[in-house]
Amino acid sequence: MNLREKLKKSRDALNRKLGLVFGEGVDENTLELAEEILLASDLGWELTELVLERFRKEFKLNRDSSWKVILVDILEELLPENKSWSSDAKPAVTMVVGVNGAGKTTTIARLSQAITRDGHSVLMGCADTYRAAASEQLALWGERLGIPVHTSIEGTDPGSVTFDAIKKAQTLKLDHVIIDTAGRLPTQKGLMDELSKVYRVAGKAMEGAPHRVLLVLDGTVGQNALPQAQQFMKFIPVTDIVVTKLDGTAKGGSVFAMARELNLPIRYIGVGEGADDLVVFDGRTFVEAIVGGND
Amino acid sequence: MFDKLADRLGQTFKNLSGKGVLSESNISDAMREIRRALLEADVNFKVAKKFVAEVTEKATGERVLKSLSPGQQVVKIVNEQIVELLGSNAEKLELTGKPPHVILLLGLQGSGKTTTAARLAYLLQKKQNRRCMVVAADLQRPAAIDQLEVMAKKAGASFYCDRNEKDPAEVTRAAIHKAGLAYNDVVIVDTAGRLHVDSDLMEELERVKAVAKPDESLLVLDGLSGQDAVNVALEFNEQIGFSGAVLTKMDGDSRGGAALSFRAVTGKPIKFVGIGESVTGLEEFDPSRMAGRILGMGDIVGLAEKAQEMFDAKEATKLQKKIKTNSFNLEDFRKELVKIKKMGSLNELMAMLPKGMRPAGADLDSSQFTQMEALINSMTTRERLRPEIINGSRRKRIAKGSGRTVSDVNRLLKEYRTMKKMMKRMRSTRGMASMFR
Ligand SMILES: Nc1nc2c(ncn2[C@@H]2O[C@H](COP(=O)(O)OP(=O)(O)OP(=O)(O)O)[C@@H](O)[C@H]2O)c(=O)[nH]1
Ligand SMILES: Nc1nc2c(ncn2[C@@H]2O[C@H](COP(=O)(O)OP(=O)(O)O)[C@@H](O)[C@H]2O)c(=O)[nH]1
Ligand SMILES: [Mg+2]
Ligand SMILES: [Mg+2]
Repeated sequence: MNLREKLKKSRDALNRKLGLVFGEGVDENTLELAEEILLASDLGWELTELVLERFRKEFKLNRDSSWKVILVDILEELLPENKSWSSDAKPAVTMVVGVNGAGKTTTIARLSQAITRDGHSVLMGCADTYRAAASEQLALWGERLGIPVHTSIEGTDPGSVTFDAIKKAQTLKLDHVIIDTAGRLPTQKGLMDELSKVYRVAGKAMEGAPHRVLLVLDGTVGQNALPQAQQFMKFIPVTDIVVTKLDGTAKGGSVFAMARELNLPIRYIGVGEGADDLVVFDGRTFVEAIVGGND
Repeated sequence: MFDKLADRLGQTFKNLSGKGVLSESNISDAMREIRRALLEADVNFKVAKKFVAEVTEKATGERVLKSLSPGQQVVKIVNEQIVELLGSNAEKLELTGKPPHVILLLGLQGSGKTTTAARLAYLLQKKQNRRCMVVAADLQRPAAIDQLEVMAKKAGASFYCDRNEKDPAEVTRAAIHKAGLAYNDVVIVDTAGRLHVDSDLMEELERVKAVAKPDESLLVLDGLSGQDAVNVALEFNEQIGFSGAVLTKMDGDSRGGAALSFRAVTGKPIKFVGIGESVTGLEEFDPSRMAGRILGMGDIVGLAEKAQEMFDAKEATKLQKKIKTNSFNLEDFRKELVKIKKMGSLNELMAMLPKGMRPAGADLDSSQFTQMEALINSMTTRERLRPEIINGSRRKRIAKGSGRTVSDVNRLLKEYRTMKKMMKRMRSTRGMASMFR
């Protein structure tokens, strides 16, 4: 199944519901439906209010468009700008961070596969020396995809693994190195301090590294997305967002609200557990999935 | 947040001063605020809507109590209603009859099943002296078997896996058979994470469950989840069926509204909450603590209890007055330090405060108290009563007199100001302790 089909599957049910009011005027009913859609997507109370306010105005001006299209347009406009990313550094160092179980390791495997397919070389470094069998997990991905992995035993200092991985990538003249880190909740101060340290160590291994820091969020996350990201940013300068698990019925609206608030680009979305299930974020598709319909 | 909610409610009740009854019209504004608070806590919007309707009905016609503001009274009703909905008692695991008993864990990817498997084994072995076996029936996630093996070792539980088998139902069958022979009391089956819309994997889980015939099937739910928790709970319940839930990652600062959503749509109990990443991090679910968390009020009940232990009434009135007139000085501070030292750590106390009320930079441990006392002791009476006169040269003298540095003095003054602020805030939610008695 491709992305479109996957996203479509999860919004078909919604479509049926929406079909009934398609094209009608902005009565209380429509407003309420719109509100439900927005809240159900985890957009949050505040942003929902803002969108609805615009919705009322826009509706008067665009009486002939479907209300869903108007809603999609409004949401799309609210997305943070998505400048493309590139780096001249060699290796370009990417660090991947996030809370427990968000999908960091899987994202790294998939990203590395995409890089390889583009004809570039990459090393995956496992600085998660904390969770049980974390390095085995990444090593298995490496084996499966034929991508080199740098690991060490549980309990090793994650900074030193990071340092070694970057040095190794330099020696081997690789294009990319991607560092996996242990999942952590921002309330765990010790682990957050450790993250800052890993970040600094990367800079010592190579001037300017890491060149980007991806924050991975589980698409089912609720209103904790914003405080989560804010607190991560106190310890490490996050540059991009990845949202995973959008192949389910969750819409990732709280990540939308967070990215907008912090003006961070959403770069990729995860739509399954497989090696191919990571796609470049497309704002229009994303907000259409939130609203449902418009195929 | 309690502050914020009570304040906001205070606004909506401006015209209802201490007398009269709560009527539908004056409640409706308040209910908008309640709904907002619930949504911000990730309670599902449908659940929130129904909840608000119920609370409105309950609150309408209630007399406003003398001791509470109408806002506080509404929060009280809301709080009680949440506790009631969450279930008044912590429900235990039902493991009766002939062993081995089977516990099946299910849920989405990354929700915490594997960790919970090891934790349950640890808990049951330690608290109930049951011999546990954990079973690696996640054949999907890379290195899932290794992860469980490591965790099982940490929990001191037996471990079963079959690295050549491709069918998790078969693994489960063989494991239970072996557990019977080896006199294990409880078999805990860790399954692969899956989405409720993935029909192949859901069917697989159905087969595992049919083989396992579990005494308990627990849905492991991520405590950070938002609106979708309802879909997950409903679908897993309908397609597979479970007896309760475990809510994980509660060491985070999510408000945990998923707990309310879960309970409201399934009617099943939440049996445990997961804290941290170690095998020891499983606690019994506590509805009233959870209610406070959802409303952003911290553990008000626990705090009130502690506070009661801490202050006797007369002292408290004196302190209240001091705080009110803003004359809380370093001498008072010293007295409080001594009391807190008796109570345990200040951090513990802080942790019970709602997040918004927790003063920034409040990070003390009791070992520092002795040092702070020494600093205050080397101050003059005038300095203690009027801390604002403590200038640079006085700081130097105080530091020297107690064998400390000026930065120690500065830190002390900062802590004093923090404490003063905290006291003031606690005062502004006066009636807080009494309302939950
Ligand atoms: N359905 C679905 N599952 C995903 C997706 N991304 C990751 N997963 C699954 O989610 C689970 C956790 O993924 P990991 O990549 O191990 O997450 P992590 O952030 O590295 O986890 P920790 O290192 O344990 O904190 C695994 O079972 C993955 O297969 C996705 O986009 N969709
Ligand atoms: N902070 C925290 N992390 C947890 C908790 N429970 C599980 N984890 C972590 O969350 C991640 C996913 O947990 P895991 O048990 O592998 O989930 P599974 O995919 O459902 O088996 C791992 O990194 C665990 O260490 C919890 O209660 N608190
Ligand atoms: Mg990982
Ligand atoms: Mg697992």
